[in-house]
Amino acid sequence: MSILSKEFWLQFSSPKTFYPVAGRMIPWFAGGAILLTLVGLYIGLLAAPTDFQQGDAYRIIYIHVPAAWMSMFIYIVMSVYAGMGLVLNARLSNMMATALAPTGAMFAFLALWTGALWGRPTWGAYWVWDARLTSQLILLFLYLGYIALQAAIDDPRRAYRASAVLALVGVINVPIIYFSVQWWNTLHQGSSINISQAPKMASIMLTTMLIMSLAAWLYAIAIALFRVRVIILERERHSDWVRDLVGARP
Amino acid sequence: MNWNSFGEFLHMSGYGPYVWGSYGVFALFIVVEWVQLSRRRKDIIARIKRMARMERGD
Repeated sequence: MSILSKEFWLQFSSPKTFYPVAGRMIPWFAGGAILLTLVGLYIGLLAAPTDFQQGDAYRIIYIHVPAAWMSMFIYIVMSVYAGMGLVLNARLSNMMATALAPTGAMFAFLALWTGALWGRPTWGAYWVWDARLTSQLILLFLYLGYIALQAAIDDPRRAYRASAVLALVGVINVPIIYFSVQWWNTLHQGSSINISQAPKMASIMLTTMLIMSLAAWLYAIAIALFRVRVIILERERHSDWVRDLVGARP
Repeated sequence: MNWNSFGEFLHMSGYGPYVWGSYGVFALFIVVEWVQLSRRRKDIIARIKRMARMERGD
């Protein structure tokens, strides 16, 4: 099937055709995530030298930064899917948005958790109400609100519509998180990586952080595809193709 | 290699609880996410089969 053909793109638009495609994609993304995680863990925990200022507590940033990045990135992708679902009334878009939310919430929580465990030895506090930490906490609440709102409304179409509006309104929080360290005087440090400047960290640390970030990316794709397949089965359980698929028809 | 012994590795020059508390909880969440989702998948497949059996009346 040619990538330029209409059929190629249509398989990504309906739950029925996307289900097997997603199933074939999962092992590749999951395998890549495992491989990169092993490499990243080896360098990050075993090979990389101790930081002369932060001691070995700095090793937490190898998972903290990827978690924080992913929590913001997933939110944007989720909102785009939710927006597409809202405007185009596309079922699969709504399902993708729903599938991304729990993983985004997980990364948002892990960013806060690893940040707290890094902050205690480095700043002397698990938590401070500075702009970066507070806006990140709001991101976690936005994810949880999105999930709770969907769960609270019985009619799936209304649930998708209401939660999509919430997701879209909440997008404003993402640039606030990202720029908070510039706009306000935060305890949280500014970004160590910037497109306009050379990175302010040792290259082995930077490389490891990027490897772990790529691993988190692949993981998020794999788990979202896995979850969207389960959601498709749940939502389309009355259709003949699902019954044929699970062998429930004679 | 940055460490002389396994004990030194676990100790993380005194930051062990913070480092392992971070990596451990991270790993736990990922494992729980996969296990939960696998279970949810198994449940829905069993439910679809049950529904189909009931409708056939056997």
